[in-house]
Amino acid sequence: MTTDRRFPVRLDLRHGTVDMSHGAGGRAMAQLIAEVFQAHLDNDLLRQGNDQALFTPPPGRLVMSTDGHVVSPLFFPGGDIGCLSVHGTINDVAMAGARPLYLAAGFILEEGFALQDLVRIVVSMAAAANAAGVPVVTGDTKVVERGKGDGVFITTTGVGVVPAGVTISGDLARPGDAILVSGSLGDHGVAVLSRRENLGFEVKIASDTAALHGLVAAMVAAVPDLHCLRDPTRGGLATTLNELAHQSGVGMRIRESAIPVHPAVAAACELLGLDPLYVANEGKLIAICPAARAAELLAVMRAHPLGAAASLIGEVVADPHRFVQMETAFGGSRIVDWLAGEQLPRIC
Amino acid sequence: MKYIDEFRDRDLARGLAAAIAAAADPTRQYRLMEFCGGHTHAIFRYGLADLMPANVRFIHGPGCPVCVLPMARIDHAITLATQHGVTLCTYADLMRVPAGERRSLLKAKAAGADIRMIYSTSDALRIAREDPGRQVVFFAIGFETTTPPTAVAAKVARAEGLENFSIFCNHVLTPPALRTILATAGPDGVRLDGILGPSHVSTVIGSQPYGFVPQLFGKPVVIAGFEPLDVMQSTLMLIRQLNEGRCEVENQYTRTVTAEGNRKAQALMAEVFRPRETFEWRGLGFLPDSALRLADDYADLDAERRFAVTIGEVREVKGCECPAILRGVKEPTDCKLFGTVCTPDNPMGSCMVSSEGACAAYWSYGRFRYDH
Ligand code: SF4
Repeated sequence: MTTDRRFPVRLDLRHGTVDMSHGAGGRAMAQLIAEVFQAHLDNDLLRQGNDQALFTPPPGRLVMSTDGHVVSPLFFPGGDIGCLSVHGTINDVAMAGARPLYLAAGFILEEGFALQDLVRIVVSMAAAANAAGVPVVTGDTKVVERGKGDGVFITTTGVGVVPAGVTISGDLARPGDAILVSGSLGDHGVAVLSRRENLGFEVKIASDTAALHGLVAAMVAAVPDLHCLRDPTRGGLATTLNELAHQSGVGMRIRESAIPVHPAVAAACELLGLDPLYVANEGKLIAICPAARAAELLAVMRAHPLGAAASLIGEVVADPHRFVQMETAFGGSRIVDWLAGEQLPRIC
Repeated sequence: MKYIDEFRDRDLARGLAAAIAAAADPTRQYRLMEFCGGHTHAIFRYGLADLMPANVRFIHGPGCPVCVLPMARIDHAITLATQHGVTLCTYADLMRVPAGERRSLLKAKAAGADIRMIYSTSDALRIAREDPGRQVVFFAIGFETTTPPTAVAAKVARAEGLENFSIFCNHVLTPPALRTILATAGPDGVRLDGILGPSHVSTVIGSQPYGFVPQLFGKPVVIAGFEPLDVMQSTLMLIRQLNEGRCEVENQYTRTVTAEGNRKAQALMAEVFRPRETFEWRGLGFLPDSALRLADDYADLDAERRFAVTIGEVREVKGCECPAILRGVKEPTDCKLFGTVCTPDNPMGSCMVSSEGACAAYWSYGRFRYDH
């Protein structure tokens, strides 16, 4: 990076911390943006330095989504809040069957936050955005007083475009449809929990955080008449299936033995008294499609690295109560209910 | 996790279900009370009721420490945090339990009281060490299983000279509760034929303390583990005892339970705690010698003595059937509030709060079984 005449002394990225001046709109803020955000997230639109990004959308219907990220701890096995904030929003856009185009990012920093950690987070965001081919083209930074934030909060907004002929929505599940998941459940939630200060336990589980738009593109190309797509983030598979059942006015029947769960995740959940069905994921999706297309969809998913462990876990049924029922690994049955209250406070 | 999988094997479950079906005499009823919420939870989570013949029924007992904690004790804790300005450390499942006037620890926390969710007693000790200027109270709750760790916390605090740490003791004992239920069994109380005994409790106290059940009340007991296969095997053992006319304490959970239990843990408990003359159980009323307080040697660590708190009379929500459900006399669906005003998101009674409570288990896992 060339030296910027406005800032004769570079930020001390190794020992420095965020202070109120970094959010005050003056020179300090300009320097933080230049040396931390622009330095790493660099792209043509961002470089223009405007308060907005101006671009011509490709033809098609636009999709827009926004998501706030408040994970604790900020760094966890397999990722951090930076890549998470990129993946999360890309996935929300992709779950409409869309190709994500651009991201916007808003940062709320707490006074006293180490610049070193901020850089680490921004570098991780940049790497995630680059790998996904979805640049961060505009942003915003605010600083709050010490004690009024939790280090850093990141809100990302994404836009994308849906290919012609694709209509994917949570209210389109129909009795008889097949329900598929793209891989093992609960990895993200358990990875994050394992690093909680007061919980710290040893697991060899990394967060599954990943951008799923490539997988979605392959799925949509093969089976354009997909009915529903959703990423089971907070609240896990159970919550997502309940949402879809509710939106579509149907019931669901799933088989516990078909649901992929990593043994280490199952063990950690056992220890903590949690149910993996409710634990968060950041790189998995649930797909609902006409039964006749299920085998083809499953094959396409398994052929993609992010869907290698995909599984057909059940089917949509008619049920005025909109219950999600599960045949347990034991052969008994039970409801998989909405989560009551907050079982895992703030894991994504 | 091979260890767990062995106790959740589907083929083994099928085999046990077939054995139970073969053993159960169709001309008689088997009403089996699972004392513990852990069993209730396993029965619902794995859909075990589906695997039982119609004449083998589970009756849910009072075995969830959160469910049996009377509202006044939660009020007491809230008062400690709000009026005495202490930092109150508690396990997460207590946070949402409704207290008097529709309060709860969670609501008190949202209103500004310093209430921390912890995962072990060592978290509470650490919080006390880190802030010596602040009084830290550990809200201790649980059956015999969780009592030894509380005793250890008391000893550590004493050894370190932690002057800002104290314990609000709500530990309760299972045998007196079981005795009360059995004493009121019969036409007015619960009708039951056998008991699935609490295995984690017995890991500490052994199986011996349940000897009074066959001796005084003529009902068989099987100390049962919490894995689904444990529950099924224990059910089969009870059915066999009943069929053969035997009546004894059997131990299914031989992996960790012995007749005498853990002597070291018992000695620790005896050193740090004394039985209370009486203690209120939600649903069961005041039971003699059914709970623990800190021994006089540890009185300085007793939050009830350190902070003077008086609680007025606390009234249960009108219509809540928790007391009858905890005694096994009624089922959750007998309560008019069940699923209408009372759900896990808006619990009226304690049985709906803890996931081990009978109402919550019915609602969350089993409500497709009956008509809406
Ligand atoms: S449904 Fe609610 S009010 Fe009724 S007994 Fe259960 S917990 Fe109490």
